[in-house]
Amino acid sequence: MPRSRALKTRVAFLVIAMLVVVGWAVSAGTAGIHTGLALRIIISRIPLLGRTLPLGLDSIDPEMLESAEIIVLEVRLPRIVLGLLVGAGLAATGASFQGLFRNPLADPYIIGASSGAALGASIGILSAGRAGLAALSTPSSYIPIFAFIGAVITVVFVYALSTVDGHMPTDTFLLAGVVVGSFVWAMVSFLMVTAGEDLPKVVMWLMGSLSAKSWAHVRITAPYVLAGVVALTALGRNFNLAACGEESARYMGLDVERFKKVVIALGSLITAAAVSSSGLIGFVGLVVPHVARMLIGPDHRSLIPVSALGGAVFMVTADTLARVIIPPREVPVGVITAMAGAPFFFYLLRLRKKG
Amino acid sequence: MRPVRVEVSDVRFGYGASGPEVLHGVSLTGESGTFCGVIGPNGSGKSTLLRVIGGVARPWSGCVLLGGRDISLMSPRQAAQLVAAVGTSEAMIFPFTAEETVLMGRSPHLRFFASETALDAAKAHEAMKRTGVAHLAGRRITALSSGERQRVLIARALAQEPKVLLLDEPTAHLDVNFQVEIMELVSALAHESGITTIAVLHDLNLAGRYCDQITMLSSGQVAACGAPREVLTEEHLLDVYGVRAVVGRRPELDRPAVFVISGSPRHGHGGHTGHTGHTGHTGHTGHTGLDGHCEGGEFNGVDDIGRDGDAG
Repeated sequence: MPRSRALKTRVAFLVIAMLVVVGWAVSAGTAGIHTGLALRIIISRIPLLGRTLPLGLDSIDPEMLESAEIIVLEVRLPRIVLGLLVGAGLAATGASFQGLFRNPLADPYIIGASSGAALGASIGILSAGRAGLAALSTPSSYIPIFAFIGAVITVVFVYALSTVDGHMPTDTFLLAGVVVGSFVWAMVSFLMVTAGEDLPKVVMWLMGSLSAKSWAHVRITAPYVLAGVVALTALGRNFNLAACGEESARYMGLDVERFKKVVIALGSLITAAAVSSSGLIGFVGLVVPHVARMLIGPDHRSLIPVSALGGAVFMVTADTLARVIIPPREVPVGVITAMAGAPFFFYLLRLRKKG
Repeated sequence: MRPVRVEVSDVRFGYGASGPEVLHGVSLTGESGTFCGVIGPNGSGKSTLLRVIGGVARPWSGCVLLGGRDISLMSPRQAAQLVAAVGTSEAMIFPFTAEETVLMGRSPHLRFFASETALDAAKAHEAMKRTGVAHLAGRRITALSSGERQRVLIARALAQEPKVLLLDEPTAHLDVNFQVEIMELVSALAHESGITTIAVLHDLNLAGRYCDQITMLSSGQVAACGAPREVLTEEHLLDVYGVRAVVGRRPELDRPAVFVISGSPRHGHGGHTGHTGHTGHTGHTGHTGLDGHCEGGEFNGVDDIGRDGDAG
């Protein structure tokens, strides 16, 4: 089957691209740690492999090695891993929602998770600031919990609003998501007006960034994203049925209402977990699934994992660019994804119009 | 294959819990291995009736029995092993290949997380050969012509190995050559493969030529039911559609042919003229009155269809 061979080649290409990007990300920056050293430091921490391979770390000045180890293992690596997770989660959710809602403009934020997370985070940042807790008002591990709760509550509210007699018409759901989203955004704006000196923190959070992330952030995000993407992939065949239309899917034996519930629950948990640790990073969940579909076609059994892989590569690339583009300052990664994503999406639209 | 008879008895249904009632006590019987048409003006409840038969819409009262089993008691998966449908309502917007599309029809026979096997692929291929689209296997369904796409979707339904096939306006938007092609295919599926087929049709002449039995709906009620020549009469067309028509006979076989003369004012309604509404007609064999039960079985002898449903 030539089709599946082409698929394998493309997946292999993406995996190699991911490794290359991670290698670049781990060494890029102002600290002057070259890729070889960074990789040797990472490998030295892998059980078994670290002891058996001759890494030659002993020959390096211990003080320099120690600072390099901290930069690579405690600063860059958690940031890269978080970037992989956030990119994978958002892209896989975007691919799932586009299939489920049969809407090419659907993205993970369309059902209100983003506005809810923003409200939760704003409340977290401001109340911490009011209480005078300096430790809380920095983007610490408390803010993600606020954001996560805000996102989940908002999606549950949207769901409850659009469910009538146990049925949830997709159009009503999407509209409810937009309406509730704009209401919640108004609340966020109101909070920002009253924010005072905490305003920059809220604004920075809203722009989305992977800056200054620790393994604690990874621990919050990883379980939801990993379990969620695996579950969405396992549902791939059912996504194909849903993509044919709800009534057709039902005639082919899919319990559509239950399937919608499961997918919305999975998608909003993944989105909440991603957004809560990294803020609002746009266009990954919208553009990457389209590119993936152009590469490998619409079969969701491969589309969802390939979107996840592509989202991971895209995210880490964008984040590393964000770090190195105007050193020593950092651009919020959300700015990079939007700057790269929006024109590309426009190009896709033009392409489709012609085709 | 065990043939399955479709019995719809006194079904009442409306959308939503409080919405207006769309079907006011509809009954019909589709004998196994026959091709049954459902006709009626827009808004008369044809497509809704099809949804109820397929178990997608649950009736407020009354029931739908497929081979004696109540479809509302089946899971979607169980129902899909018995009934397949080709609708007009939903467009294919994702560029699946024709083969991928037809393979989806195997879903009700697969476990939840399982993938298709070589056997499923073989069955999908067989279905595509049956509808004459095997050569389109690798083409994107979004790039096919309407006629080709319709045959791919029928192949997908056949891949479900259904006992009952529901079609909602299968010839809509097709040119005459494709209309005839689809109708002959469907008719063959019913008569040769023994699949009980119920189709909503808007073309009265196609219905009259190919169907074994026709149910005519009017405002959610059965206005007439029976063999084509008993249902497609000038009186019924005036009553239900409000059009003046001449009903002749097809030159090649004993089937009615309808020529619409004019879309006259709806004299047939409300007893303004000599016609006194639906209940005013007597003496037509196929006519059952508004709340009558249509026994398709009585018309088994029609034309070439004398089968007992053991075909295939």
